[in-house]
Amino acid sequence: MSTRVPPGTFAAAALIARKDLAIEFRTRSAFLAAIVFSLLAIVIFFFAWDATAVNAVDLAPGVLWVIFTFSGLLGLHRSFGVEEADRAIDALLASPVDREAVFLGKALANLLFVLGVQALAIPAVALFYNLPLSRVLGPLVGIAVLAAIGLVSVGTLFSAMAANTRLAELLLPVLALPFFVPIILPAAQSTARLLSGRPIAEAMSWLRILIAFDIVFVVACALAFPFTLED
Amino acid sequence: MTTPVPTEDRRNIDWLLTIAVVAVTATFIRAIFFTPAEALQGLAQKIFYVHAPSAFIALYVAFGIVAVSGALYLWLRDERLDRIAASAAEVGVVYMTVVLITGPMWGKPVWGTWWTWDARLTLTLFLWFVFLGYLILRGAIEDHGTRARYSAVLGVLGALLVPFIHLSVYLFRTLHPMPIVLKPGRPSLPNSMLATFAMSFVSFALLFVALLRARYRLAARVDALVAEEEFEPAPMPNLRAEPIR
Amino acid sequence: MSHAITPIEHIPRTPHAADAPGARPAIEVDALTRAFGRRVAIRRLTFAVNDGECLALFGPNGAGKTTLLRILAGLLRPTSGTAHIAGVKLPGGAEARAVVGLISHQSMLYSALTAKENVEFTARLYGLESPRQAAMRALQRMRLEERAESPVRSLSRGMQQRVSIARAIVHEPRVVLLDEPYTGLDETGAAALSAALESLKRSGAALVLVTHHLGEGLALATHTAIMREGQFIKHEPRGTVELDAYRDVYREAIG
Repeated sequence: MSTRVPPGTFAAAALIARKDLAIEFRTRSAFLAAIVFSLLAIVIFFFAWDATAVNAVDLAPGVLWVIFTFSGLLGLHRSFGVEEADRAIDALLASPVDREAVFLGKALANLLFVLGVQALAIPAVALFYNLPLSRVLGPLVGIAVLAAIGLVSVGTLFSAMAANTRLAELLLPVLALPFFVPIILPAAQSTARLLSGRPIAEAMSWLRILIAFDIVFVVACALAFPFTLED
Repeated sequence: MTTPVPTEDRRNIDWLLTIAVVAVTATFIRAIFFTPAEALQGLAQKIFYVHAPSAFIALYVAFGIVAVSGALYLWLRDERLDRIAASAAEVGVVYMTVVLITGPMWGKPVWGTWWTWDARLTLTLFLWFVFLGYLILRGAIEDHGTRARYSAVLGVLGALLVPFIHLSVYLFRTLHPMPIVLKPGRPSLPNSMLATFAMSFVSFALLFVALLRARYRLAARVDALVAEEEFEPAPMPNLRAEPIR
Repeated sequence: MSHAITPIEHIPRTPHAADAPGARPAIEVDALTRAFGRRVAIRRLTFAVNDGECLALFGPNGAGKTTLLRILAGLLRPTSGTAHIAGVKLPGGAEARAVVGLISHQSMLYSALTAKENVEFTARLYGLESPRQAAMRALQRMRLEERAESPVRSLSRGMQQRVSIARAIVHEPRVVLLDEPYTGLDETGAAALSAALESLKRSGAALVLVTHHLGEGLALATHTAIMREGQFIKHEPRGTVELDAYRDVYREAIG
């Protein structure tokens, strides 16, 4: 027997995230679907609004965050689907890595998924809605990352729960969307401030909500995750 | 853990529920006929006697019970705690629905619009969605243990969510002043109104407890019946356990 | 532990790395009970499996066999009583899970990844020193080296099961738990599995083999047990009993 040291929580999380991304990269189905969905939504929103009555700059923040929310859900659906298909989750849980590591690994992969969608959707919105992107790119990326962390931590937990119910993926939006309110509202509001050329300091109270939400729910969801597993 | 199945109360009258219904009816009668109408708002103000106690009980009592018994369930794993949480959520949804119906009914004559994105009303609406999600989740799981664990997790996370939604909607409101026709400050109630209000509060609380109790008993009976069905007494007369090795 | 564990004399044993004087049995189960709500799946079960032994567990559906394996794998929590793997109490002991290999009729693989990626991922989860080589060794053992780079989804059911076994033994577990492992295996697969289990046993691993097939179970067993309604109703050394004779024993026990 060779020497072996089972990976610690974060090393194991990184392993699991890498595995999930390898699966996603191999199949590409969810990512492609999320990108196409985002582009479709951007175009449809534009035509659903009266462009002469409402400025594109006023419309964009809402569109951006509605799109991120729903495309994120597309990725989250699959997160535990691949584990349940052949009960790979059992092998994962029977291995010496701890359960928090499983949660963090799945959440990390989902985070990279959502950030990947955002990386393509933000320029697309800027292009179609003619937004002054370069001016606000830095803070906007910051808001996007903060919001994605919150979305993904709650979404990963609920995805684990939804995968074990009769309704499966239908349940995820019903459970998750009310929890996304304190993410979407601050993110959209601070994006609106940015795009209308106001200083980021004006959105500080919104950003504080976002940061507090991330801290509270990353910890709470990681602690709650073991309870969602059969024991 | 086994709760005895109260078979006899199928015929018995739920006295607590009866008293509660009588109390609520008495409150209505007093509020409609024996309490003066408010000068500024007129008769619409009487909705207050339904709206306010329902809101308080749904938002604080019902939600609190769901979250606390959920947390306790994850710790103690006692199925009675799960039943309490489920019952509180169902009765809570009913109360919250009353709040969401009476709110606009009061708002139309007083604020001049059915729905305003008033912070409190919005908070209630979002918590109503959390509660509905809770009940849909319960309906989608067969296994008792899984159902109890999942709904406990959702109940606890829901309690963590409340301050965040609260902050968000209040910040949203202060930054976007709505064209509200009239927002009355806290009126100093005359004594007769105050008495009616206190009475409505007590009677609605009593009704909540009575409904919770009735719903809990129903859940206990259903669980007992299900357990009987899937666990037929196993006769194993000729199978004697062999000593180990 | 209060109950005595009888040593086994008639089984030739090779010393195991974990074998030390006074070392505890690989698997110890004491008064183990597991209930799902009010349904009791396992009642007050007590037994032990030593290194190099194979307990073949027979019984009808719903007897509690799978529940027992899931408890031993650290996936389920006992309602009461205790279960120890290599002296570490379950669940919660990562040291215990590190020496267990779990095989079931479900492959527990990621179908989009290749056979090698699946096994290598497991090797990394167990912290093996050179995961890539360990994965290849395990696949060779299951005679799968030629299909190592094929996505699992493109493999036949039997081959998938062999990959799953390679995954479960890549870390040379001291305890191997098998839940109907022969389901869906072709002849090559079944032979490879039997050979792999035999060599694991000889190298000192403790095996618990749950199966409907008396023949397959008896071929590997050093001990047999029949499980019914959460209890062992016949638990004895394998001895020299023939398959036909044991079939009668089983029928009588199950009724």
